[in-house]
Amino acid sequence: MDPECSQLLPALCAVLADPRQPMADDTCLEKLLDWFKTITEAGSSLLLLQENPCLVELLCHVLKPQDLSSRVLSFSLRLTGVFAAQEDCFQYLQQGELLPRLFGEAGPLGGAAWTAPTVRSGWIQGLRSLAQHPSALHFLADCGAVDTIFSLQGDSSLFVASAAGQLLVHILSLSMRGPAEGPPGLQADDWPACAQKIVGHIEESLRSTAAPQITQALNVLTTTFGHCHDPWTQVLWVQLHPLVAALLEKDPVPAAHSLVDLLLSVARSPGLSSSSCGLWETLAQTLSHLSPTQAGLLALGILKLQDCPQALRAQAFAVLLQPLACVLKATAQGPGPSGLLDSTSADSVTADILLPSKAACVGLLCRTLAHLELLLPLPQRPCPWPQAPLLGAAVTLLQLCGGSGSPASDEGRQLCTLLLGCVRVQRAALDFLGTLSQETGPPELVTQVFAVLLEYLRSPDSSPTVLKKAFQATFRWLLSSPRTPGCSDLDSHALLFLRELLPVLQKRLCSPCWEVRDSGLEFLTQMTRRWGGQAGFRHALLASEVPRLTEQLLRDPESYVRASAVTAMGQLSSQGLCVPPASPEHPGGQQSLLGELLHILSTDSEGFPRRAVMQVFTQWLRDSHADVVGDTEQFVAGVLQVAGQDLDWEVRAQGLELALVFLEQTLGPPRSHCPYAVTPPVAAPASPLTQALQPLCRVRLFEFAFRALFDCDRPVAQKSCDLLLLLRAKMASSSSLQEPRSSPDVASVEAALQRWRAGDQAQPLGDLEPEVVLAVLRSMDLEGLRGALAESSDHVEKSPQSLLQDMLATVGILGENEADCY
Amino acid sequence: MKLYCLSGHPTLPCNVLKFKSTTIMLDCGLDMTSTLNFLPLPLVQSPRLSNLPGWSLKDGNAFLDKELKECSGHVFVDSVPEFCLPETELIDLSTVDVILISNYHCMMALPYITEHTGFTGTVYATEPTVQIGRLLMEELVNFIERVPKAQSASLWKNKDIQRLLPSPLKDAVEVSTWRRCYTMQEVNSALSKIQLVGYSQKIELFGAVQVTPLSSGYALGSSNWIIQSHYEKVSYVSGSSLLTTHPQPMDQASLKNSDVLILTGLTQIPTANPDGMVGEFCSNLALTVRNGGNVLVPCYPSGVIYDLLECLYQYIDSAGLSNIPFYFISPVANSSLEFSQIFAEWLCHNKQTKVYLPEPPFPHAELIQTNKLKHYPSLHGDFSSDFRQPCVVFTGHPSLRFGDVVHFMELWGKSSLNTVIFTEPDFSYLEALAPYQPLAMKCIYCPIDTRLNFIQVSKLLKEVQPLHVVCPEQYTQPPPAQSHRMDLMIDCQPPPMSYRRAEVLALPFKRRYEKIEIMPELADALVPMEIKPGISLATVSAVLHTKDNKHVLQPPPRPAQPSGGKKRKRASEDIPDCKVLKPLLSGSIPVEQFVQTLEKHGFSDIKVEDTAKGHIVLLQEAETLIQIEEDSTHIICDNDEMLRVRLRDLVLKFLQKF
Repeated sequence: MDPECSQLLPALCAVLADPRQPMADDTCLEKLLDWFKTITEAGSSLLLLQENPCLVELLCHVLKPQDLSSRVLSFSLRLTGVFAAQEDCFQYLQQGELLPRLFGEAGPLGGAAWTAPTVRSGWIQGLRSLAQHPSALHFLADCGAVDTIFSLQGDSSLFVASAAGQLLVHILSLSMRGPAEGPPGLQADDWPACAQKIVGHIEESLRSTAAPQITQALNVLTTTFGHCHDPWTQVLWVQLHPLVAALLEKDPVPAAHSLVDLLLSVARSPGLSSSSCGLWETLAQTLSHLSPTQAGLLALGILKLQDCPQALRAQAFAVLLQPLACVLKATAQGPGPSGLLDSTSADSVTADILLPSKAACVGLLCRTLAHLELLLPLPQRPCPWPQAPLLGAAVTLLQLCGGSGSPASDEGRQLCTLLLGCVRVQRAALDFLGTLSQETGPPELVTQVFAVLLEYLRSPDSSPTVLKKAFQATFRWLLSSPRTPGCSDLDSHALLFLRELLPVLQKRLCSPCWEVRDSGLEFLTQMTRRWGGQAGFRHALLASEVPRLTEQLLRDPESYVRASAVTAMGQLSSQGLCVPPASPEHPGGQQSLLGELLHILSTDSEGFPRRAVMQVFTQWLRDSHADVVGDTEQFVAGVLQVAGQDLDWEVRAQGLELALVFLEQTLGPPRSHCPYAVTPPVAAPASPLTQALQPLCRVRLFEFAFRALFDCDRPVAQKSCDLLLLLRAKMASSSSLQEPRSSPDVASVEAALQRWRAGDQAQPLGDLEPEVVLAVLRSMDLEGLRGALAESSDHVEKSPQSLLQDMLATVGILGENEADCY
Repeated sequence: MKLYCLSGHPTLPCNVLKFKSTTIMLDCGLDMTSTLNFLPLPLVQSPRLSNLPGWSLKDGNAFLDKELKECSGHVFVDSVPEFCLPETELIDLSTVDVILISNYHCMMALPYITEHTGFTGTVYATEPTVQIGRLLMEELVNFIERVPKAQSASLWKNKDIQRLLPSPLKDAVEVSTWRRCYTMQEVNSALSKIQLVGYSQKIELFGAVQVTPLSSGYALGSSNWIIQSHYEKVSYVSGSSLLTTHPQPMDQASLKNSDVLILTGLTQIPTANPDGMVGEFCSNLALTVRNGGNVLVPCYPSGVIYDLLECLYQYIDSAGLSNIPFYFISPVANSSLEFSQIFAEWLCHNKQTKVYLPEPPFPHAELIQTNKLKHYPSLHGDFSSDFRQPCVVFTGHPSLRFGDVVHFMELWGKSSLNTVIFTEPDFSYLEALAPYQPLAMKCIYCPIDTRLNFIQVSKLLKEVQPLHVVCPEQYTQPPPAQSHRMDLMIDCQPPPMSYRRAEVLALPFKRRYEKIEIMPELADALVPMEIKPGISLATVSAVLHTKDNKHVLQPPPRPAQPSGGKKRKRASEDIPDCKVLKPLLSGSIPVEQFVQTLEKHGFSDIKVEDTAKGHIVLLQEAETLIQIEEDSTHIICDNDEMLRVRLRDLVLKFLQKF
């Protein structure tokens, strides 16, 4: 600890011990505790206590009967734990009887302070920190802490209860780590008393009829198997396995959720060999005993396991598929297997869950779809994957929700009534359908997929979120549709679909709901990015009104929509898709788009459209867009001038991005950018560097960058710093002539920069000569600046000294206020 | 209690309820779908319509070619359009005491009933209903009268000939009762019979029943009605809405505890959600106008148009349509727009509060002020000089058979740039468009019907819990086109009773009580006696006086004074004889104690038998039988009056007298 802090510490301890000066802000106490943790991790706690006797005094002081705030008491308990984590310090505190008085019956445990959850939590966390060595175990046994922890498992505060459970796990694994002479034997009877006591408690809880107790025991076991993979865990499982299995015989199965967690935790534990402990049997049994709503998560967990018997995987997959099989069966037009599941034995169970209540039905279906969606991209997903029936199920669900399904059976009609217009199922099914696009399906089903997607895109009743998901799913299916290898264009079916889709998109772009217009534009941008170069797509798009409507949305009243329209127009223009077929009335349509975007950049009142314009411009510059290539310098100069004055830091940062692209295009890309990149044949500046810098000077890139360097927003300054450093690296690498180090110009620029740094940015730099720029760059401490910028903005305030001062000052202010009152 | 069903149209009902001694007509809707069988009435001579070929029978017989014209495979009657009236034969309509109107769409048949059936009663309706109803009728009469048609076709109505016609003419029902439109004079006369009422106002009908209008949330001044006596309550729910649109919200609470709930006027398009449709309307409108096309919206001059204008008010700036003119053309356009602003007390809370600011409750005032919305009585006159395209035109009639809309259909139908957007749900848009085929113009169907859908009905019924529900038969099964949609029907317990046109329904509900008042002096004279804790009884002798369906117990006249002469005789004629009354008995006979008493009084050989209704006490020696039942005791003995009286007195000992 540095001397300054040591000096402040006694005063702070006095403040903490004084009940009349309450700490207003307990985050200070957290920070203080963190600080002590770092100190004790780096050095001896004992030494710390000996050098700073005020700390022990504080700990002794809190034990006195007084109105100390529960926060300070909790803090002290935790602090004690931090110190006592080191065995020598533990002994030291033990000698002073401080530990039993803090953590034993005589301490807060029996007092009124115990009613505050924060004190109970502090007690547990203190013990958690303290329990690091065998002496701690003895201490715990002596002061009867374990019994208290047992009772805290059922605490009214969830945080306390959960911490108590974790502490038990910690103590169990600590006691099983054993003393120096080696870990205890694998016979449970040989285990240390403490471990036996905890295991006994778990056994008792598992035998209990009260669900909360069973849950506590299961949670403790779940954490144990999740964290400890030593051989003794296998012994523990073998011992407890019959008790866990016995839970399955109860109806309903108690604490099913925790049970699932435990079984999965055991199955995932590398310390257990699953086959030998009857785990697979238990899992199979559990799958068949739990209700479909509870079994889904277990089934998903089983299917994610790496090594698992095939039969169990099949059973788990069947459980997962059941609700969808039930839907397919209920809506099947004729008898016969739905293709999803051959056995129909459990269908009635699922139907019992699905049909009686809307909430249960929707919940089960959404969970099932989400589980299957998670499973699909995994390498260990079931094989063969029933792609076709799953596609059929997703389509059927969407039809039922949209009201276009026509089920023949009573169950189907009932299902239809439950699901009609249900946005949750629609969203889940559309997500799932989108994910299914990774695989293809039988052509007739794919046709149905597109039909149902079109139905959703068309339907006036689709909510904005459903519509967005429908757009996303449509894009994914269009992506997956080319079947001709090596050809990235849309196939003829997709093109036919596109012809039906574009009128719908047109209408959606005119929707009164801005979210819909926005997702329509995003969809258009995605499509154009992907197929903008393909003849079929271009033809269909140009034949529609979509490009013109998009152009009109640049003036939308909603800023998000304007931003999306800017992006979409930028994309369309890049692909040459926003000009109507050459007509004499619209000469130079592209020019007008550039003008319009510049107009948005300089006048739009919202940040999003301006940011979007900057991104489009950067992309245009990168892609050498036709409009930009014409007069790149004028373009860059104009954009930088506007962006430099923008109030939105993201626009300014994007301006630097654009400047960087221009810089790279002018000087060539940085050398070590990517070792594998194919360097485009950019002509290395044959001319001296000063000449190469001329264009940069002409577009006033340096003025822009220097201004950004002193930007009040750190990311802008950092970006500018990086840009200038890159330039300096170029300078160094190019064997340029020695430039004059100082000249009147350089001095005046440096003086101006000094003023800028001080916050006065009114004066412009004027036209800069490359030589002056180079000189200024050389003289600047850019690395130092980068270091300073890399520090977080509160790095000064974060020092421990500052923390201590702040805490004292707060109290001081409180004192002053007190004085003011008189 | 009986319900006479005079209309088969579920949203244009006309029913007659006989309840106690009153005859109440519930609504007076006019089914105008019959006009779809007629050719449109063009405001300006249309060469296309006048050159349509006449229709001839399969055998080439062309005797109907003057009356029937063919257009794109459909046959239309070339005559003044006619309407299908409610049944007039099922019940003598001159006996109808009152007509209750629930909203302005449901009163369009009023002149036919009040002017031509001998009706002498009163019509009750709220003020906005009457005013806007008048506008609708005025518009209708104007539309039809301003294009007089010389020809009136009637030959085709002949039953033998009708059979030979193609559908849908062949299947049209009751064509012989179809009538031409009424005149303005008839309208005025009918409307003069209306008495204005306010929500929750209680109106006594002959002292027998009380009727009360309640807000139904569907249109300005629209109401549901409560018809109740002291012990019975019938609710009539017609055209109601739970959506937040411009009218006052629906009053559901007052419908609770009904014995019978008559439910009509649900949404005609249960699968279309009004919010989605409004979005669809706006999108299509903007799309058309941006492409340089015109939009035609066939509509009524009041109702949904207010909400549409409000949506457009919010939407046009965002859609960049600020420069597009909106035209509202109707003979009553001005009145409709202005009336809507003055019925503040009938509007939803939001709009009511605006009035205090003070601001006009509807934003269409601002649209008019800023010249974005212009209204004209007809396309002749100012409109033709202001007219500029592309534009949006709101005009009637939604059937596309008469009104200015006919002209715009002819004018814009040829270009695919233009769009007609149907928002009124009353007419099938395909049938409405049939005489305009082939049509290049785009057609969009966005029916906006804010009335209750089946989900809302099921919630309403759960909350209101009527004992019985009566509804049109259409609501008891899913629509024929969507037979699997079990959600598109009324689902309640007990199942609803359904009715169809020309059916008389006996409502499953018996009256059991009637309220009688006791005069104070009579009540004073009563001496109640407590026969059970909490229950006191008193006998009363009085004269029941009934007048104007009110029943009063008055004190009986004093016993006649014995005086001679004519006077006495007269008194005895007028006043009913008051017999000396035997006391009333109450209580029950405990059999065991009764047997003991009998034994005490010397009867022996007593046997008691239990029967289903009570006990039989057999006195075998005396050959006598005492039958004790819950509400009677019989002593059966063989001509031994002495014994009977002895036994009777023993029985009476156990009973209370008063």
